[in-house]
Amino acid sequence: MAYSTYCLICGGTACESSKADEIYKRIQAGVSEKKLEDQVQVVKTGCFGFCEQGPIVKVLPDESFYVQVVPRDADEIVEEHLNKGRPIDRLQYKEKAAVVETTDQISFYQKQVRIVLRNCGFIDPENIEEYIARSGYEGLAKALFDLKPDGVIRELEKSGLRGRGGAGYPTARKWAFTKDTKATQKYIVCNADEGDPGAYMDRSILEGDPHSILEAMAIAGCTVGASKGYIYIRAEYPLAIKRLQHAIMEATERGLLGEDIFGSGFNFEIEIRLGAGAFVCGEETALLMSVEGRRGMPNQRPPYPAVKGLWGKPTVINNVETLANIPVIMTRGGDWFASIGSETSKGTKVFALTGKINNSGLIEVPMGITLRDIIFNIGGGIPKGKKFKAVQTGGPSGGMITADYLDSPIDYESLTALGSMMGSGGMIVMDEDDSMAGVANFYLGFTVEESCGKCVPCRVGGRQLKRLVQKFVDGEGTQEDLDKIAEIGHWMKSSSLCGLGNTAPNPVLSSIKHFSDEYIIKEAQ
Amino acid sequence: MAVETRTTLPDELCEFILEWKHRPGNLIMILHRVQQHYKYLPEPVVDEVARLADLSLAQIYGVATFYNFFNLTPPGKHRIAVCMGTACYLKGAPALTEELSTTLKVGVNEVTEDKQFSLLEVRCVGCCGLAPAVLVDEDLYGKLTPEKVQEMLDNYQEGA
Amino acid sequence: MPRMTLDELRKVRDKKQFEMGLRESGGSSTRLVVSMGTSGIAAGAKKTLAALVEALEEQNLTDIPVRQTGSMGLESMEPIVEVHKEGMPTVIYGRVDDAVAREIVQVHLKEGRLLDGHIVDRPAADIQGGQ
Repeated sequence: MAYSTYCLICGGTACESSKADEIYKRIQAGVSEKKLEDQVQVVKTGCFGFCEQGPIVKVLPDESFYVQVVPRDADEIVEEHLNKGRPIDRLQYKEKAAVVETTDQISFYQKQVRIVLRNCGFIDPENIEEYIARSGYEGLAKALFDLKPDGVIRELEKSGLRGRGGAGYPTARKWAFTKDTKATQKYIVCNADEGDPGAYMDRSILEGDPHSILEAMAIAGCTVGASKGYIYIRAEYPLAIKRLQHAIMEATERGLLGEDIFGSGFNFEIEIRLGAGAFVCGEETALLMSVEGRRGMPNQRPPYPAVKGLWGKPTVINNVETLANIPVIMTRGGDWFASIGSETSKGTKVFALTGKINNSGLIEVPMGITLRDIIFNIGGGIPKGKKFKAVQTGGPSGGMITADYLDSPIDYESLTALGSMMGSGGMIVMDEDDSMAGVANFYLGFTVEESCGKCVPCRVGGRQLKRLVQKFVDGEGTQEDLDKIAEIGHWMKSSSLCGLGNTAPNPVLSSIKHFSDEYIIKEAQ
Repeated sequence: MAVETRTTLPDELCEFILEWKHRPGNLIMILHRVQQHYKYLPEPVVDEVARLADLSLAQIYGVATFYNFFNLTPPGKHRIAVCMGTACYLKGAPALTEELSTTLKVGVNEVTEDKQFSLLEVRCVGCCGLAPAVLVDEDLYGKLTPEKVQEMLDNYQEGA
Repeated sequence: MPRMTLDELRKVRDKKQFEMGLRESGGSSTRLVVSMGTSGIAAGAKKTLAALVEALEEQNLTDIPVRQTGSMGLESMEPIVEVHKEGMPTVIYGRVDDAVAREIVQVHLKEGRLLDGHIVDRPAADIQGGQ
């Protein structure tokens, strides 16, 4: 027995409250009245996201997507669509006045473009053959035999790929520096020390698609002339470590890592190094100190690691998400990659969408998508009918973005212009109940604790800033305190040694800028 | 002359240390292995590691005190880690710490009197979709509320 | 194991694509896929997987493969199971505990009907297509 048509009614909590149940019953009754039970199955589903437009009814395989359906529409859906096979235009979801062609453009997955996560949730991460079935290690073969180092750099340049760890430095340029530096030994380092307390895309990639990282590191190796790679990963990620170890073993067994790969004469091996719980080690010079087994304290740049890195040798450091893009850029070409995204930011970005949001999870969207699309379509809006207040991006280094800017497209430049930053991709949604001074204080607590203490602005400034913000949380702040926050913030930003101190004041400064009414000045007695 | 008493390390640890002794950047990896065995870094063991790996105590303690992951004092039998990632913070993690602290009569970064539990606050365990989350040893409890804390602890009480 | 040549890599690729039902002319595409990243496992995905395997055995459907994969991203709905069955829309079920797992086997696979109340979405478009 097989049905020819499926009628899906959203039964998420938001739709439940708006009569979804009644619609379900009426469609169900209509179907049996018309004796369509053998052809049509009526199903109640969990939440599709998109709750703003609920209740939602979908008809498959026609891909009709009906929004804001009311109970009396049920009879029409049965009569017109399910019985006579004529989709009802007036109920179809329309985006910017045009009828959306298929439901493939709506709901949690359907606005996503999965390049980085192409294999996550698709292949068995512990089976190298499944990775190979997805054209795995083809990118390496192409880099070795067709493109050669100059060709790889050219493709990367065309792709416009920029570092996904936060700063957005062009990957092609980074690799070219290391390639053009002469040295007997060079290294490739994968930064998997995901420190932002609200971002976990790197862990998901390593757990779901470890070979893509190994392949990308090997591609980097043959491009810049390195034979050794290190993956620096948080010790707090046991499953990711286990799957990486397994993947390295599988690839080595088949000669996809090791000596003379594909008989090309290229050698490359990868070792795992564990982090030990220090946020500052996400900063590249500190990370290298830690790989060397020392205290992870940052150093002055230049010299940049691309020229003088691990053990003083030229080193390419890329974060996990950046690397995950590379094998596909090799196989599908830089032009293809550059066709996705915005003017200045190509490709996609993975965000960890969390906080006060219905569909919290890991999403991958093309650069240039709006925050509104992410929060209200993919994320399904704010739970319990609460009001959206702000979204925080960039973690402890980023800022708050308010409702006024929900329609701004997201890319490196626009987020910076809004006083936040891309960062590693934490995207935390806050509702009307959340205190902005409280959140700023939370982030400062984090950066103060994680400061390595090497430079004064960060070590001393951070503590002073925290003390002052705490006063506002306790309702004891004065105008003088507010001025001091601005002054200390300014000096920390301009004179700290590394990114941790440079960006630590951002959450506070941006919350003062957008929510000054929450920083109440205590009247003098 | 005083007799020098030395702690002997188990064979597998000695082997690991000797294997890594000549590899560059070995110290953190060695400390991870030692802590995995003892759950912390006991002083006599560190002395022995220094001797075997030919490292100075200053180097070892410099590193061990820099990183949050390494313990210099013995932890409780079970490790309770309250996730303090941003999502968990917003969704009520501070109330969980408070509840655990009251129930177990112990502060953050302390061990209960009966040595059963260590209470910690950690940075993002990466389960933001399940916020607020608490990790007890390897078990993750998602969407936890203060009311469910006792029930969670019951799974680890002596005799349970 | 000897070192793989490029030819061998491609042979493995083609053979495996067929097995995984990734090709239009591929083998049976009916399969269950369980999301097994850290948060899936934390939400109980291991139990879900075991329940699916058990239920398939009880129903004599042991030729249907149950595969594990990394996180599908939709963490707030975990444990998550994606169900592919020929002639039916591919759907993703959320909050799949023991009982729901058994229902998936009974209702979706055996009786060919979608399950009430647990569909959370349909899979994302694949950038690699059938290639």
